Amino acid sequence: MGGYGDVQLLRDDGRRLDGRKLDEMRPVSIEAGVLPAADGSAMVTHGLNVAVAAVYGPMEAHPRKIQRQDRAVIDVRYNMAPFSTSDRIRPGFNRRSREISKVTADALESVVLVERYPRSKIRVEIEILAAEAGTRCVGITAAAVALADAGIPMRDLIVGVASGKVEDTVVLDLDKAEDNYGQADLPVGILPNTGEIAFLQMDGDLSPDEFELAMEYNFKAAKEIHEIMVDALRRRYEGGEA
Amino acid sequence: MSQGQTGAEQRLVTPGMAVGPSAGKRAGSGIIAANESFIATQLGWLKENNNTISVDPIHAAYMPRSGDLIVGVVAEVRNNLWFMDINGSFQGLLPMSLAPWKVEFGAARQHMDIGDVVLARVQEVDECHNVVLTMKGVGLRRLKQGAVDMLPVQHIDRVRGANNERLQRLRDASDCRIMVGENGRVWIDGTPDAIKHARDAVHAIARSAHRTDIDTILNELETKMKGDA
Repeated sequence: MGGYGDVQLLRDDGRRLDGRKLDEMRPVSIEAGVLPAADGSAMVTHGLNVAVAAVYGPMEAHPRKIQRQDRAVIDVRYNMAPFSTSDRIRPGFNRRSREISKVTADALESVVLVERYPRSKIRVEIEILAAEAGTRCVGITAAAVALADAGIPMRDLIVGVASGKVEDTVVLDLDKAEDNYGQADLPVGILPNTGEIAFLQMDGDLSPDEFELAMEYNFKAAKEIHEIMVDALRRRYEGGEA
Repeated sequence: MSQGQTGAEQRLVTPGMAVGPSAGKRAGSGIIAANESFIATQLGWLKENNNTISVDPIHAAYMPRSGDLIVGVVAEVRNNLWFMDINGSFQGLLPMSLAPWKVEFGAARQHMDIGDVVLARVQEVDECHNVVLTMKGVGLRRLKQGAVDMLPVQHIDRVRGANNERLQRLRDASDCRIMVGENGRVWIDGTPDAIKHARDAVHAIARSAHRTDIDTILNELETKMKGDA
């Protein structure tokens, strides 16, 4: 990030390369209950990103050394499919997927009422089928809808969203070029109803004012994505069979 | 769970959704109180009963409670106990002292082996989710015939109806023996055709769990069953 400062990422009319305004998200669509074998599932399309999340459990935590006597553990496996990017990704865990699995599990643990299921495990599988920057955020959003679909009790539906900085300008929801050649990336997990932040990472540098503006964009986008999440769950069950 | 619902239009709620002020009301299952208002924690249908707001979940895992009648499947056998799959997060443990037979140490497998189905009751559940089962009691036994089907746990009350009235109608109409376990397993025994009709009826009721026209569906199925008889 920030290593290619001479790449033009904003057009002369102030818009971004794909025509979006600075505070405009890529189109988002969500479908709940896409996998019949899972207890809960969801597919999120965010721009060119496609993520599928499946939730299994709560079940007895194995191996027993991972059990917690007073709460459930959330076991997240984030994985990018080999065909998800233009360069083939070597299948299996790597440093990046381990890190994202861990931060996603931490974020989800703060919203799931884990104390309801001592000694249990809730398994969350996140598979990125197509990647175009911001996959950890899309994965978190998909996992939240899948957890709700599985009937797991939660304080709120957590939303993953990111903003960043390109050409010294704060923008919402970085695409691939902005992510690769921009100056900063600020992915967050937001609880829209309470305004709490369950997870925050920052890559690159932002001044305090830029940070404030980026968070303002993130909160605005989180509200929009949250409405789409609720709508996806409603479409699955309202008027249909449950 | 579903009992006591009226025909009023139900509202679907999602986790985190504010469902109204908490003043003068009690929080039931699927609801937490925060900042003087109630927040839904599960995806489901909002209901109010006796001044208690709760969520009738669309999906729920079976949480065993002491006294539950369950249909279990033997998953593991040891010298002096059986582990039962009870469709919950954890297996249930049936010690030989709570089996209906006198079992010699090391002879547990002669009475029940892996895959056998039993009607049992939850004797005890501790705070760490250790579940102890018993087969000492009226009607608790190994189920040697019939078919076992699965229902979503949150819909079994719909199948049973108030005071088991709906279940009794199903039994009478299908001429089957039907036991509905609290863990979402249903045991049905009768002629092959009757079992098929009874299973269809049970699933039709479970599928329409949030509708108000269940009895209409049941009447249609009763007519169909009688027509085939």
